[in-house]
Amino acid sequence: MTTAGAQPFVEQYGALKGALPGVGLPWLAELREAGLARFASLGLPTPRDESWKYTNLRPLEKVAFGTPNGEAVSIDRLPSLLPAGASENRLVFVNGHYRADLSTLKSLREGVEIGSLAASLERSPETVAEYLGQIAPAGGAAGEQPGEQPLLALNTALSGDGLMLRLGRGAKVKTPIEVIFIGAATEQALAYHPRNLIVLEPESQAVVIEHHVSLGGGATFANSATEIELGDGALLHHYKMQAEGPETFHVSTVHARVGRDAHYDSFGMSLGSRLSRNEVSVRLNGQGANCHLNGAYMVRGKQHCDTTTLVEHLVPRTSCREVFKGVLDDEARAVFQGRIVVHPDAQQSDGHQLSKAMLLSERAEIDIKPELEIYADDVKCSHGATAGDLDHDALFYLRSRGLPERPARRLLIEAFLTESIEAIAAEDLCPAFLASIADWLKTD
Amino acid sequence: MLEIKNLHVTVEDKEILKGIDLTIMPGEIHAVMGPNGSGKSTLAYIMTGREGYEVTEGEVLYQGRDLLAMAPEERAAEGVFLAFQYPVEIPGVPNTTFLKEAVNAQRRHRGEDELDAMQFLKVVRQKVKELGIADEMLKRAVNVGFSGGEKKRNEMLQMALLEPRLAVLDETDSGLDIDALKAVADGVNALRAPDRSMLVITHYQRLLDYIVPDKVHVLAGGRIVRSGGKDLARELERTGYAEFATVAA
Repeated sequence: MTTAGAQPFVEQYGALKGALPGVGLPWLAELREAGLARFASLGLPTPRDESWKYTNLRPLEKVAFGTPNGEAVSIDRLPSLLPAGASENRLVFVNGHYRADLSTLKSLREGVEIGSLAASLERSPETVAEYLGQIAPAGGAAGEQPGEQPLLALNTALSGDGLMLRLGRGAKVKTPIEVIFIGAATEQALAYHPRNLIVLEPESQAVVIEHHVSLGGGATFANSATEIELGDGALLHHYKMQAEGPETFHVSTVHARVGRDAHYDSFGMSLGSRLSRNEVSVRLNGQGANCHLNGAYMVRGKQHCDTTTLVEHLVPRTSCREVFKGVLDDEARAVFQGRIVVHPDAQQSDGHQLSKAMLLSERAEIDIKPELEIYADDVKCSHGATAGDLDHDALFYLRSRGLPERPARRLLIEAFLTESIEAIAAEDLCPAFLASIADWLKTD
Repeated sequence: MLEIKNLHVTVEDKEILKGIDLTIMPGEIHAVMGPNGSGKSTLAYIMTGREGYEVTEGEVLYQGRDLLAMAPEERAAEGVFLAFQYPVEIPGVPNTTFLKEAVNAQRRHRGEDELDAMQFLKVVRQKVKELGIADEMLKRAVNVGFSGGEKKRNEMLQMALLEPRLAVLDETDSGLDIDALKAVADGVNALRAPDRSMLVITHYQRLLDYIVPDKVHVLAGGRIVRSGGKDLARELERTGYAEFATVAA
């Protein structure tokens, strides 16, 4: 049975399927059909679903989303996060469609594949088939962690274009790969479903930067999914800036598998959208696998920002650090759900998780749900959460030195957020993140 | 410079100061000594406008103006400085940024041009050198990971940069070894000027060996129970505060 909220998307599939990337590939059609069936039976998540208890998609259901018609939207200035010349590979997607005219790709070399997923599905579908839908099980795989993800299933059914990155053994891409996702809508609300696939074979390294922005001020629903496979000793820095417009909905589902001694380093900054959810699931399945899941968010008005993470320690000697910091003003709400699962064999796992929220208004709210499930006995795991106003002593100290209250508050908020940026390895990226904090504070 | 008249202050409905009278003339250094719990820190905080202190009676005039009606930042910009007993740690804010923001906020308030980064650096390097402070302390976050002595030296650096008219030192000597104490005293003495006054609050006479006050007051039980010259401090060192505890009770 299809729930009312899911029906419009199910109908879109019928109309769209002939135009989706990889049309004519039987395995992909099967994957999409399975995803659709899954989504149709689950429906859109509701607060009755355990992992959506604090994030209600009712506002999303009320919007009648159309499908992008592929019409070329003119882009005057590319919203790049990097200074000119800092990146050799930039991919631009508008409403889920790849825009070759706006993208720059360095000529490919042996063992390096950077491009759009649709192009890879045409050129070498068998390599895509090896991973697509395999890292993030969407159709069957009953009982497999993390369980039901209806929006991932929807993405699998309707997935449009996105980044395809595959690095062969030992390949290193020095400059960041920037992927810009532009949602462009005016009167007609639009939904699109970007799909990214990142495969780093052993000992390879890359930096991927996602930038999500809006154009035109209309309502959009970006339902993104990313699958990441890191072979032994691979290193991926994965940065994301989500700065979509105030009428948008942004849901992102990331699944990463991290091999032996590989490192997945992720940092996301969220300041856009009326409702956003970043859901990251990491499987540490090789000894010495390690991940950093970090993020910062700034929300005000009636914005809602959800961060949901799942880290699974599957084998011995894996580690993970999570630090998420947020500032909430007005009636904004945030959610942090962090789950760490240490499987029975995963001795000497090391997992730490921290959520720090600064509530600037009495009506702002954060719901925090840390969950540690530990089935091994020799582990180090912890979680911590703080939520509170600015440090009054610090504020008084600054004022006693002559700083008026507003600049003093700004300085403290800025410092709180800036700390989370200090660990970013891509130095060219820091100015853009710092500027986003300063801009956000300025519009206070 | 400063006139405190019949000042009564309560904290959480408990009366801490019970009628303080104190007048400090330009160029004078006054010491307020007293046992723990006598109201010394309350006196310091009330001067800088910390929240949670309620004045139930009396007034404080600074250069003839009602000090208590001014916001903390306004007092600072008008030349009142408090050296904190426990300087606050501010993670994420580099000390230099903090010092520059403070100096420029006060300059703006007075209608003066702000110092640019180069000008500021020149000034701050000079002061750092004079006070014997490690350059590295400028780069670290404000007071974060500073030792007790470093925190107090950082207070002296702020005082030297902000050049207040009235400096209130709240137990600046607490927790300092003799070298740090001397360094702090040097910083204070360097700022002694005919148009600058200081209120030095301390539990021990030790600091007053290095910062010689013009007048000494004994605060006990929320009142000034005795005032005198600099010799009063030495007398207290011998006799302790015991006799005043009974006077105040």
